[in-house]
Amino acid sequence: MDGAPALPSWTQYLGFGVDARPDGSPSGHESDVVRRSVEWLTATRESSVNFTPLHELDGIITPNGLCFERHHGGMAEVDPADHRLMIHGLVDEPIVLTVEELRRLPQENRFCFLECAANTGMEWHGAQLNGCQYTHGMVHCVQYTGVSLKLLLEQVGVKPEGKWLLAEGADSAAMTRSIPMEKALDDCLVAYSMNGERLRPEQGYPLRLVVPGFEGNMWIKWLRRLEVGSKPWHHREETSKYTDLMPDGEARRFTWLMDAKSVITSPSPQLPPVEPGFNVIKGIAWSGHGRVKRVDVSLDGGVNWKTATLHQPVLPKCLTRFTLDWEWDGSPVLLQSRCIDETGYIQPTPAELQEVRGTESIYHNNGIQTWQVKEDGTVENVRLG
Amino acid sequence: MFAWADTKRGLAALLALALVPAAAAQARDYGLGRTPSEAEIARWDIDIRPDGKGLPKGSGTAKEGEAVYIEKCASCHGDFAEGAGRYPALIGGEGSLDTNEPVKTIGSYWPFASTVWDYVHRAMPFGNAQSLTDDETYALTAYLLYANQLIEYDHTLNQDNLADVTMPNEDGFHRKERPEFPDEQACMADCKESVEIVGRATNIGVTPDEESGGGPGDQAAASGSGEGDQGTKLAGDPQAGKKVYQQCSACHTIEDGGAHRMGPNLHGVMGREAGGVPGFNGYSPAMKESEVVWRAETLKKYLANPREFMPGTRMPFAGIDDEKALQDLIAYLEQAS
Repeated sequence: MDGAPALPSWTQYLGFGVDARPDGSPSGHESDVVRRSVEWLTATRESSVNFTPLHELDGIITPNGLCFERHHGGMAEVDPADHRLMIHGLVDEPIVLTVEELRRLPQENRFCFLECAANTGMEWHGAQLNGCQYTHGMVHCVQYTGVSLKLLLEQVGVKPEGKWLLAEGADSAAMTRSIPMEKALDDCLVAYSMNGERLRPEQGYPLRLVVPGFEGNMWIKWLRRLEVGSKPWHHREETSKYTDLMPDGEARRFTWLMDAKSVITSPSPQLPPVEPGFNVIKGIAWSGHGRVKRVDVSLDGGVNWKTATLHQPVLPKCLTRFTLDWEWDGSPVLLQSRCIDETGYIQPTPAELQEVRGTESIYHNNGIQTWQVKEDGTVENVRLG
Repeated sequence: MFAWADTKRGLAALLALALVPAAAAQARDYGLGRTPSEAEIARWDIDIRPDGKGLPKGSGTAKEGEAVYIEKCASCHGDFAEGAGRYPALIGGEGSLDTNEPVKTIGSYWPFASTVWDYVHRAMPFGNAQSLTDDETYALTAYLLYANQLIEYDHTLNQDNLADVTMPNEDGFHRKERPEFPDEQACMADCKESVEIVGRATNIGVTPDEESGGGPGDQAAASGSGEGDQGTKLAGDPQAGKKVYQQCSACHTIEDGGAHRMGPNLHGVMGREAGGVPGFNGYSPAMKESEVVWRAETLKKYLANPREFMPGTRMPFAGIDDEKALQDLIAYLEQAS
C-alpha cells in the first residue's frame, strides 16, 4: 500500500526485548533531530553554543538531550561526591551542603523556559540564519525540581544589608553573576533535576540555579557558591558581556528580564516544503514577565492578524504552544507571529527595536520573525522593510 | 580540592535560634549541612568587587606582566593584545562605541579595573584556570591597563590602589527604563500600507549545511558538475565564493589598499609568499618562516585545515570541509584579489 509493505518485518518478527536499550534513545529514524552549532560563531568549541531543534519539537517541553548548550569553559563533568554548595557572606550562619543534603530538603517543581540573552542576536542586522533552530534555538523549557533559594537563604539568615547575591559555578569559567536579593527571594530554585531525571552534565549537573524569566547566563550551572553582599560585583559577564550597547554609545546594564517573544516553528526553513491544502501553523511563545496572554499570526507580513489558539497549560515564565489552522492555496505568504503577555506588552517588530536600540546591542532581540513561504512550498528567513 | 569535614552545623546556630523570640522566628532549621571554617570560606571566596573588596595582598607592574602575557596570553589575544580572529581584542576601540563597528575592549568598554583582576584570576588562561599567582594576576592586570594607556609601565598595582584606577567608560552604563515601547493596542487589520522584503538569509549564505542531504549545499554541488565534467576538476564559482568569503571578512579585507584587521589585507594574495604583506605585524613565526607561495593548491590545503597545513598559524579558523565551498572561495579570491 503506497510503498508501505503489507507485512513489515516488525509485524512478523519479535522486536527487541526489555533492557536492549536500558537508557533509551529516540528512533534511529529521528537521528537528524539534534542540537546543531554554527562553527564560525566562536573561537573555540569549549566557549561556544549550540541550538535546540525547535522546528522538530511539539508541545512545550524540551527533551533533555535537545536542550541547547552554552558553555564558557567547556562542559564540566562533576563528581557529586566532590561537590558542595556553600552559602556565605552577609549571613548569620554560613553553610556548606552536600548534594544529598540538598535533596533531603523540601522540594519544588516548576516549569520554566530558559532563554540565552543572545538568542536571535545574529539577526539584528537583518535575516541571516535560515532556520528557527539557529535564529531562536537558544531557548528550552523543562520542568525543574529543586530547593527554593528563598528557603536556603532563610536557613542562613540574610543580614539587612544583604541586597545582592553572587552565584558561582564550578566549571573552568567559574561563571559568576550578581542577582538582586528581591529576585533571589522571589521564585528561584537550586535545581538538581530536569524533566524528572538528574540534570544533564551540559545543563550543570549536579546543581544549577533556576532564575525564572531572567536571561540564561544567570542560571549558573555546576553551582557551588552563593555569596550575599551589599552591592553588585560587576563581573565580566555583567559588564563586558550581557550589557546592551545603544546607538549613542552608552550601554544598558542589568537587563535581566527576557521580554515577550514568539516564533513559528512550522512551517520554517529547515522543514520539508509546505504542501498546498490543510496545514497547521505551529509555534511557541514566552515572556519573562509572566503568562502569555495572546498570540496573533499574520500571513501577509503584518498587515492583517488572526488570533491563534493557545494550548494548555499556559504557565508563567514558561513556553506556551500556539497553533492556527491554515488552508494554503499555494500563493506566496509572509508568516509572522506576535506575542502579547499578561502585562500587555506587545512583541515589537525588528524596526521598532532598531529604532530604540540600533543594531549593535547583540542581546535581547525579541523582534517579530518573518518566514516567507514561496510558491514551491520552501520557506526562507526574510526581513521586511 | 580540600577535604570537607562532614560534621553537623555548629551548636552556635542552634543556640542563636533558641534566643530568637518566637514572633521573629522564621522558617524552621532543617539541621542539614554544616558551618564552613573561615579557611574553607577564604579558599573559595575569590570574587573581587569594584571597591577593591576581595583583593588579596600582592602586587605587580606592567613590566612584569608583559612577560607573563607573552608566555600565557599572546597565543590567543595577539602579541599586543590586539586580538586574533574570534579571540577578543583587549585593547583599542576608543571612540567606536557609537559607531556601526563598536569594539568593546577593556580600555574602551569595561567600567571597572577590578573586573580585569577578577576575570583573569578566575578563568584565564583559557584551559588552565586559577593557575596564576596573585602577583602574576596583579602584573597581568597592570600590563592590560598599561596596554590601554591607563597606567604607566612601572606603576605598581596592589590591593590598595587597584580600585583607584578609573576606567574611561565607567559612566557609560545605565539601567534600562521601562516601558520602552508605547503602550498601545495591537493592530489587527490593515496595519500597514505595503510590505517589502529587504533581506534574505539565503543571500547571506552562512547557515550550516545539514548532513542529512538535500540541503542547499548539495544542490549547489550538483548543479556545478554536469555529466560531461566527469574526471575533470570542479570549477569554482566566484559568486558562490563571495558568500563563503563572508566568514573571512570578519578578519580580512580584500580590496586594494584595504586595512589590515586581525588578519592581513588579502589583495594580491595569489602568487604572494606567505607572511609577506608589508605593514601586517600579526604573523606567526610559522607563517613568516614558511616558504609557501599562495596558489590555488596551497590555499586549498591551508583553508581546508589551517592548523594541519601550517602548524602554529595564528588564524583561528577551523577550516572548510566542503570541497565545493572551498573551490568557490578560491575562485572568488582569484577574482577579487
